[in-house]
Amino acid sequence: MQWNTLFGSILTLSGSIFLFLGALGVYRMPDVYNRMQAGTKATTLGTMLTLLGIGICHYEWLGQIFILIMFIALTNPISSHALARAAHFKGIPLTEKSVTDKLKEDETAPEAK
Amino acid sequence: MDKLPEIILQISTYFVSAGIILATLRMIKGPTMADRVIALDTFTVISISLIVLIACLAGRVIFLDVGMVYAILSFIGVVAVARYIEGGL
Repeated sequence: MQWNTLFGSILTLSGSIFLFLGALGVYRMPDVYNRMQAGTKATTLGTMLTLLGIGICHYEWLGQIFILIMFIALTNPISSHALARAAHFKGIPLTEKSVTDKLKEDETAPEAK
Repeated sequence: MDKLPEIILQISTYFVSAGIILATLRMIKGPTMADRVIALDTFTVISISLIVLIACLAGRVIFLDVGMVYAILSFIGVVAVARYIEGGL
């Protein structure tokens, strides 16, 4: 048995568990912003671990997989930020358990300077 | 003992498929439009992992290019829908 294949498959299994937990957070969280938190961070880490594990299994695919990892690490936070900004300016309310909203405080504050 | 990595890859395929089913349920249930777009974003990011897993299990390198194009199209789609929700498009 080749040890790099076993190590890569175990890395892939841990990444897929992260992906499953991220999707469970998207299903279970009470709010738009909480769902976005769960669905972006956990799936970014899970996708990076999964792709890296398969790249360790197949050495000859490692270049393409590295390009894919870099693309996901660059574009996933950008789309999440655009969605959060759109949801806030549309006026979608936070859940009742939320403590503070710094962006709304900044918007409604008097001009200090 | 010799087929252990393949069995582990199949188990991770089951986990990824369960994640896709949960994201689809949120996309059906979601009360607002932003919920549905977040579920779509999660769905596509998980689908990229599933495509690359299928490429490893089938042993064909062409599926990696499919995953790359899928990632680019999903990013452009999510950003376009976010601009539409905000009112700038």
